[in-house]
Amino acid sequence: MIYFDNAATSLHKPDSVADAVYAAIRNIGSYGRGSHQASLEAGRVIYAARELLSKLFHVKDCSRIAFTSNATESLNIAIKGLVHPGGHVITTVLEHNSVLRPLYEREAKGAEITIIKSDPLGNINIDDIESHIRENTKMVVCTHSSNLTGNLVDIKKIGDLCKARKLLFVVDAAQTAGVFPIDVEEQKIDVLCFTGHKGLLGPQGTGGIYVREGISVSPLKSGGSGSSTFLKTHPMVMPECLEAGTLNGHGIAGLYAGVSYILDKGVDNLRRKELELMRQFYDGIKEIPDIKIYGDFFARERSAIVALNIGEYDSASVCDQLAEAYGIYTRAGGHCAPLMHQALGTKEQGAVRFSFSHFNTRDEVELGIKAIKDLAME
Amino acid sequence: MREKELRLVITFQNTTSAMAMEKLCQEKGLNGRLIPVPRSITAGCGLSWSAVPGARDELKNAMEENNIIYDEIYELEI
Repeated sequence: MIYFDNAATSLHKPDSVADAVYAAIRNIGSYGRGSHQASLEAGRVIYAARELLSKLFHVKDCSRIAFTSNATESLNIAIKGLVHPGGHVITTVLEHNSVLRPLYEREAKGAEITIIKSDPLGNINIDDIESHIRENTKMVVCTHSSNLTGNLVDIKKIGDLCKARKLLFVVDAAQTAGVFPIDVEEQKIDVLCFTGHKGLLGPQGTGGIYVREGISVSPLKSGGSGSSTFLKTHPMVMPECLEAGTLNGHGIAGLYAGVSYILDKGVDNLRRKELELMRQFYDGIKEIPDIKIYGDFFARERSAIVALNIGEYDSASVCDQLAEAYGIYTRAGGHCAPLMHQALGTKEQGAVRFSFSHFNTRDEVELGIKAIKDLAME
Repeated sequence: MREKELRLVITFQNTTSAMAMEKLCQEKGLNGRLIPVPRSITAGCGLSWSAVPGARDELKNAMEENNIIYDEIYELEI
């Protein structure tokens, strides 16, 4: 099996991640719910993970990071907790449904949305964001990288714009956390939404949200908080205000191990390797007759994704043949990115997405190139 | 039941601060351990730091130097 579906979830994890989950599942109690050693051990692991993520994202106070089950939950918290009727939000066609659907729900309740279009390569022009700012604009929410094309968005520029125009800046880092440098101070990010199971190499069911000090987000959930039991409302103190219910301590122990691995190896070193593999693949297939490749490969930086089609073949069929005949696992279809597909004209055909990891090898990529060549010749 | 003794009890706004306190005190070799918040302080639940009364100044300084936000420092027979 050759796994090229890392934009969906990273399958190759460091052994330390599985070991940490195993150790946690045998040893830790419920976080924040008791003071015996098993419960405190959960607290220690979770606190360590909060601190490590703070280091990775340059967050000064680790209590500003709450754990969630994934980026989708984080984005729902951010959008539903910060967008109110009458408020205007700007987003882009690059977005995943985890941004778009919560926004559409807010729109139905009286919020206003502007969606910035892309050029044919799938890039947005940041001046377009500025020209759409209105008196009632409250927020810009956008992805750091398209999960379909791999195009990167210049979040530093958007962060500067939002700061200058006093707008909230919410970033979906589902594709980039652990892969690209993220600095909430330098990039002026007010709310950062990330998942644990992709670039951070943690287990599924882990993720988080950073909320800048001074910003109060209404929680999606209320319930057990581990404190203030007799209060009728959920305590509004970060991070517990966004962590109702027992946390996924076992998963977070694994996430800690994943982030440790990344910090140990170096974000830049790991990214360089996966980008080299992406480039090897792109160079190997770009001249194939009838191949269509989406996204901007002239950009200085991009994610390790190559989305393609062969002629007019159904992307699902290509993906299935890759899996069945070659044991190469990719992702076909719409990738939960409806507006990006519409912008690229691939709504009907979908696209075959190859997404690479630093755990892949050059030999695997060669086999991928050969498979695409074979299929294109058939 | 064990006999009551006078203890310093430090309360926090959230569990994260309590965990930060434990880490700090372990690193610096400061006195105390995490205990459930005594019900004479609050009828909720949660963690507090319990230490010998003589450690008050040392603990207070350590929290202030390391930006650990605490609610109150009590002296209680527990």
